[in-house]
Amino acid sequence: MTPAGSLLVADALHKAYGPTVALDGAEFSIHPGEVVAVMGPSGSGKSTLLHCLAGIVTPDSGSILYNGREMATMNDAERSALRRSEFGFVFQFGQLVPELTCVENVALPLRLNGISRKEAEKAALGWMERLEVDDLRKKRPGEVSGGQGQRVAVARSLVTNPRVLFADEPTGALDSLNGERVMELLTEAARSTNAAVVLVTHEARVAAYSDREIVVRDGKSRDMERVV
Amino acid sequence: MSIGHTLLGLLESGPRHGYDLKRAFDEKFGHDRPLHYGQVYSTMSRLLKNGLVEVDGIEPGGGPERKRYAITDAGITDVQTWLATPEKPEPYLQSTLYTKIVLALLTHRDAAEILDTQRAEHLRMMRILTDRKRRGDLADQLICDHALFHLEADLRWLELTAARLEKLAEVVVK
Repeated sequence: MTPAGSLLVADALHKAYGPTVALDGAEFSIHPGEVVAVMGPSGSGKSTLLHCLAGIVTPDSGSILYNGREMATMNDAERSALRRSEFGFVFQFGQLVPELTCVENVALPLRLNGISRKEAEKAALGWMERLEVDDLRKKRPGEVSGGQGQRVAVARSLVTNPRVLFADEPTGALDSLNGERVMELLTEAARSTNAAVVLVTHEARVAAYSDREIVVRDGKSRDMERVV
Repeated sequence: MSIGHTLLGLLESGPRHGYDLKRAFDEKFGHDRPLHYGQVYSTMSRLLKNGLVEVDGIEPGGGPERKRYAITDAGITDVQTWLATPEKPEPYLQSTLYTKIVLALLTHRDAAEILDTQRAEHLRMMRILTDRKRRGDLADQLICDHALFHLEADLRWLELTAARLEKLAEVVVK
């Protein structure tokens, strides 16, 4: 079943790592502009689900449709093009490149897509302003705080105007004040560009920034909107 | 919340009419539950009787809303004592949800389902509060944060319980 108007739909996903079953029939769907929290205890399969949805990990079976296209039929080059231009990623630790300045970090995805330095950094600065970190443009990641670094990482994830933003515990390493500000800015920015956000979190206060949640347990997912 | 102490505290900055007190209370502390005029006047008459406030003036026209109240020295001492006394922490030992879980296990119903449904309900409320916080001023943010932290605590308990259901079932059912 494909929920009408969904941008990304997964059905009956199975994935095992050796004898360990990570996904056991998980489902997922998300619309453009929607923020969906993926919750569940550690080891429940939520990160595997995110990695499958993002085309980083190939499921053993099941279907993932992105924009109506089955991801299993894409070759590696197509999948990596998708990840570079249509998807954005934010992880628990910003994973910024330490040798580059903040603005170079934010501009990096555009540079990798062949956009000129000048143009890429102009776009990067626009996003840094929205994330309130434009004053850090010349600093290197080692010279900024955790909260600032994470905002730079969010700016970098949005600079290509992705249609889907994958955020895996994006505030996991931040204190609650910084974490909330990052969530506010992230969801505001995503909504303004109509990007869909897949937000993996075990924190209820972070999940409260979503429109709805799915719960993953023992590799199975439950869409709580359909339960209540 | 002690309405008497709150109204008394509001009077400390200067005499006020009853309607003025209600307005100040609602603005600062009422949030979704404004005071009824009746509550204000019954509280003020109790404070008056106990000598914690006095009538500072009455505007022509009569009626309780015309009275202007001022705090007395005894009233100031009362506010001071109230502020200095710590609130008794809520022990939270009576939980309806815990009761429901135990009963579900005893009657072989799906306890995980109950927890899932409760999580969804809690998150629904947390979304409303988060949204309100985003639009509100600092006072709104603080009051919503207070509620959000409590709901989050419930949810943490809920997750822990979900992870321990099998063990709980063994203990409860034997």
